[in-house]
Amino acid sequence: MLKVTIDNIPIDVEDGTTILQAARMIGGKVVPPAMCYYSKLKGSGGKCRTCLVKVAQSSAKDPRPIPKLVASCSTPVQDGMVVQNLTSPEVVEARKAIVEFLLLNHPLDCPVCDQAGECDLQDLSFGYGMEETETVEERREFPATDIGDKIKLHMNRCILCYRCVYAADQITGKRVHGVLYRGDVSEIGTLIKQAVDNDFSGNMIDVCPVGALTDKTFRFKSRVWFLKPMNAHRDCPACAGKVTAWLFGEEIYRVTGRKDQYGELEDFICNECRFEKKDPGDWIIEGPRHIKRQSVISANHYERMKKQSIILPIAGKMEDQF
Amino acid sequence: MGGKILLANIDVPGIRGFDVYRETGGYKSVEKALKEMTPAMVNTEVTKSGLRGRGGAGFPTGLKWSFLDRKTDRPRYLVCNADESEPGTFKDRYLMQHLPHLLIEGLIISSYALGVNTCYIYIRGEFKYLVGILEHAILEARDHGFLGERILGTDYSLKIFVHPGAGAYICGEETALLESLEGKRGNPRIKPPFPAFKGLYGCPTVVNNVETLAAVGPIIVMGGEEYAKFGKGKSTGTKLISACGNINKPGVYEIEMGLPVEDFIYGAAYCGGIKGDKYLKAVIPGGSSVPILPADLMLSTAKGERRLMTYESLADGDFATGTMLGSGGFIVFDEDACIVRNTWNLAHFYRHESCGQCSPCREGTGWMEKVLFRIEHGQGKLSDIDLLVRISKNIEGNTICPLGDAAAWPVASAIRHFRREFEFHVEHPEAVKHINHGALPVSALP
Ligand SMILES: Cc1cc2nc3c(=O)[nH]c(=O)nc-3n(C[C@H](O)[C@H](O)[C@H](O)COP(=O)(O)O)c2cc1C
Ligand code: SF4
Ligand code: SF4
Ligand code: FES
Repeated sequence: MLKVTIDNIPIDVEDGTTILQAARMIGGKVVPPAMCYYSKLKGSGGKCRTCLVKVAQSSAKDPRPIPKLVASCSTPVQDGMVVQNLTSPEVVEARKAIVEFLLLNHPLDCPVCDQAGECDLQDLSFGYGMEETETVEERREFPATDIGDKIKLHMNRCILCYRCVYAADQITGKRVHGVLYRGDVSEIGTLIKQAVDNDFSGNMIDVCPVGALTDKTFRFKSRVWFLKPMNAHRDCPACAGKVTAWLFGEEIYRVTGRKDQYGELEDFICNECRFEKKDPGDWIIEGPRHIKRQSVISANHYERMKKQSIILPIAGKMEDQF
Repeated sequence: MGGKILLANIDVPGIRGFDVYRETGGYKSVEKALKEMTPAMVNTEVTKSGLRGRGGAGFPTGLKWSFLDRKTDRPRYLVCNADESEPGTFKDRYLMQHLPHLLIEGLIISSYALGVNTCYIYIRGEFKYLVGILEHAILEARDHGFLGERILGTDYSLKIFVHPGAGAYICGEETALLESLEGKRGNPRIKPPFPAFKGLYGCPTVVNNVETLAAVGPIIVMGGEEYAKFGKGKSTGTKLISACGNINKPGVYEIEMGLPVEDFIYGAAYCGGIKGDKYLKAVIPGGSSVPILPADLMLSTAKGERRLMTYESLADGDFATGTMLGSGGFIVFDEDACIVRNTWNLAHFYRHESCGQCSPCREGTGWMEKVLFRIEHGQGKLSDIDLLVRISKNIEGNTICPLGDAAAWPVASAIRHFRREFEFHVEHPEAVKHINHGALPVSALP
């Protein structure tokens, strides 16, 4: 076991644990945000740089600090390592800068984006972003395209975290999409707009931290915070069949995998469960799923809405949801 | 000619071919190393020579070799980095074009020292014409028993392959190079693990620059200690400098380390002074990634000492008043050169060449380029100058590979030393439209 201290909280972890994993074991505020790392996808991480932390002491043997900030998702801990996340002003500054970079070319289309309310980038901006912007430069633009008949790609919103590429590579039968070109004009694409129609491709939507990949069977149907997330399962021959069904009244508006507090899926689900099974009769509903997130969709916000009993046209429905 | 090691025989007619090269003493080092020395002894000589990586970072070669994981039973690889794409740097190309056998010779001994049986030359895609030259040299060496199975009758075997890239600067970064060599997209890897443990195909690998490896042959022939007598202090030996810009004699020069910068710029044997007898305004001494310095700081350090062509002297004063030797791409600007335009040009390059993997570099390089474009075209604001400094700071140190730093430093240093010129561009938008090449020396600015 190795001893590591993160923001003054000590914890013992196994050899090979990364700083981020150690922080997640502690939980709470010491956990750096992660936009590209995904524990279930091999090779992910290291790219977005939102998880940068300060290593104030490399190890018990070598008490020197690491001069540069390191990506906590891809740096293994050493015995006696001392890490600073929010206790380092340098880290807070750098994170602010990274958010600024990520937003630089991100369109301000949250009002029409299906991901709004459950978007990691929204959470991140809310948590670390600046209030004002200095940019006058035009944002880069790509036309929205279809990747197959079930998935919509809004490249404008993509933060190039590569998660969908790894997902397609590792959990679907054959990868037909990847990153094309380079630098700030690189894009996720299928080069010849080939359909992505293998059994598990829909998981790309769930691993996408932003609204770049969205579910065409759900597009523009409803804001996510008007929906009632329910744990549901069915006997599926292809996947574990454990999903979150998002209900509006009695209707299932969409089906996603079950996400944990870090936005990661507990199980990857198959396309049939995700796209085809929209009849409540297809599912055994287990009960409400509690969503632990910081942003709009978080319980906090609903509770406040309830307390102030905001009167909306659908207020009645809102009430019985929570 | 005195002080020349690599280019000593460059003027001998036919030196590109095996026979002439052999007559001038070529491949002696291979005979010496394979017959008289153990790999460890070769390693020791290289360490003694004080040779430092010529690819840009100046990391001691002997030390780098000592990191190679020799305990595994997996194969080990040596990769020669011939991707040379740094603006202003064209010394490896020159070396490979005229002295291909010098490189092959260095590769054989280095491979022997590292216990490598397969060696790759990863060459920049645009250097297509060099592929034939190198492959021809490889075949010649093989036909004379210096390559292939059981070299010179010993137990040692080696194959060398030439692999052209597809024209990306980032594939010069060693881990991106390895990805590309494996047939993948050239994205730099996240380190650790370092190539010395997990490099090409997951096996221990050493990546060295062309010039570094070419120097190994002469080092073995003359002995490490003898090589270390050249140069000054920790900057031993000689360095190829590719000089370009507003000088009388652009070209590739081999200098003994320790030559004063002033002698290099004005000496008849080297750059031969500034074209048209104009004033020297600034120099980027080590390829586009290193900080630009104004003339006064280039010729002497902030302490008032003469600036020398060594790793240490050029770095004297750190980034506040110093720069780096880098890859030896020496770019000279005369009084008429526009620093803003040049900085924008470089920013454009880095934006184009960023692999786009990590957010600070992908977004930051594009942002800096757009802001510099505006300033250069008379649409800048004064606050843009500080904005550029801020962006460069936010990129620096926060990226996966050093390309982020390499993009940030030129912008930060240009503003550090030529802020007045940036302000002039903002304040006189009409004027800069007409005199885009900045016909004003800094001293004449209002
Ligand atoms: C963006 C980037 C481009 C590089 N391009 C080259 C190159 O073209 N040639 C080269 O030898 N080294 C290049 N390097 C340095 C290599 O990563 C590596 O340090 C070098 O090949 C090591 O060889 P050396 O120790 O002999 O210098 C580059 C580094 C970076 C970050
Ligand atoms: S589409 Fe989404 S998952 Fe894929 S790289 Fe872009 S942001 Fe990441
Ligand atoms: S610093 Fe730039 S070139 Fe290097 S990995 Fe990041 S995006 Fe790619
Ligand atoms: S989560 Fe670590 S760099 Fe993206």
